[in-house]
Amino acid sequence: MLESQERERFELCILPHLDAAFNLARWLLRDRQDAEDVAQESMLRAYRFFGTFRAGDGRAWLLQIVRNSCYDWLRKNRPAELQDELHEESLVSKELSPEDLALLNQDRGRLAEALQSLPANFREFLVLRELEGCSYKEIAAITSRPIGSVMSGLARAREQLREALLTKEKVRKEVRRGM
Amino acid sequence: MACREQWGDRLHGYLDGELDAAGAAEFERHLPSCDECSAALRTEHALQTTLARAQLYERAPASLRRTVEREILPARRTAAVTGAYWKWLAIAAMALFAISSGFLAANLFHGRGGAPEVAVAAVDAHLRSLQQGHLADVPSTDQHTVKPWFDGRVDFAPKVVDFAAQGFPLMGGRLDVLNGKLVAALVYGRRKHIVNLFVTPEGSTAFVSGMGERQGYRWLAWQAGGFDYVAVTDASATDLTELRALIEKE
Repeated sequence: MLESQERERFELCILPHLDAAFNLARWLLRDRQDAEDVAQESMLRAYRFFGTFRAGDGRAWLLQIVRNSCYDWLRKNRPAELQDELHEESLVSKELSPEDLALLNQDRGRLAEALQSLPANFREFLVLRELEGCSYKEIAAITSRPIGSVMSGLARAREQLREALLTKEKVRKEVRRGM
Repeated sequence: MACREQWGDRLHGYLDGELDAAGAAEFERHLPSCDECSAALRTEHALQTTLARAQLYERAPASLRRTVEREILPARRTAAVTGAYWKWLAIAAMALFAISSGFLAANLFHGRGGAPEVAVAAVDAHLRSLQQGHLADVPSTDQHTVKPWFDGRVDFAPKVVDFAAQGFPLMGGRLDVLNGKLVAALVYGRRKHIVNLFVTPEGSTAFVSGMGERQGYRWLAWQAGGFDYVAVTDASATDLTELRALIEKE
């Protein structure tokens, strides 16, 4: 294929998903600068392997490359992060109520912090579903998991997120009480 | 507890609209008789809404876009001409072509076959609204704040409803101008996308119902309950028809 034709096709199928690529890298790596580097490297890989892209879902194809690049990067630079264990099953019987959650609406910082406290392999479910709006089928393709495990993964991830928000809540209340 | 085990994960499939029709119907039959599942669904819904509202999505910085376009992609090829004379000639020819094709496109667009005037104006207004700081005059997710804000600013009372639970969180409102007429503009979020909904009393602008695409944006124009609506977004056309259905149900 002529180089200019290939560029045109890449611009049409892949380049529109640059925001998606950056956003996924940003939440997997928890750092904007690292995300920019890895997203750039992913775009380079995507362009190099563009010949293997068959017409179809350009976003899922690109995000799969981004995800792999992010995990490669983490393995090399911050391997400890990949050993993050799930929080212990909650012993608290209290759950966040819909009203508590509604109050968090405007608190981007707190939600971001809670999301970032989740292990990467749970965080990615929430980023792909709630931020990127991917279907279960797309999430399965991007994360190379069987489609049946996406639903249970999301269920666990949401539970984890609520728990992380609750833990923050508890800490806050205790701090206030101590003062 | 037994219920959680039976339904736990499938509740998420239901929440995400990923169960097949039979599965969803089965869950809906179960729901009214089960407080535990009803409460759990409410909580998951609230979490989803909160995440949608928090605007966690982070777009690619301009520096990344520049690097990709300049360094990763090969340079755009123009005709292989050598010598300054041929180069200038080529540029002049290209400019002439661009001008004439732009002229042709402009003519076609305002002609009978193009998008209706109101859609052209709405897409322009949508683009204007995306400039920094222009999205909302009253940035509020509370319909009881946005609705009264329009009192005294427009001579009609637009319906303002927050559809956060249905995936269209209200983000604010502002005044806008379509074809020289003052209109109410409501801003909704749709995942990472923005939807502008322009509202005027029926018959006050040159209005044509329909849907289409212009400059990469989808538009949908319809009439309901004495109002003319035009919605514009970079999300999908299905998102717009979903929003229309919600408004018509109100």
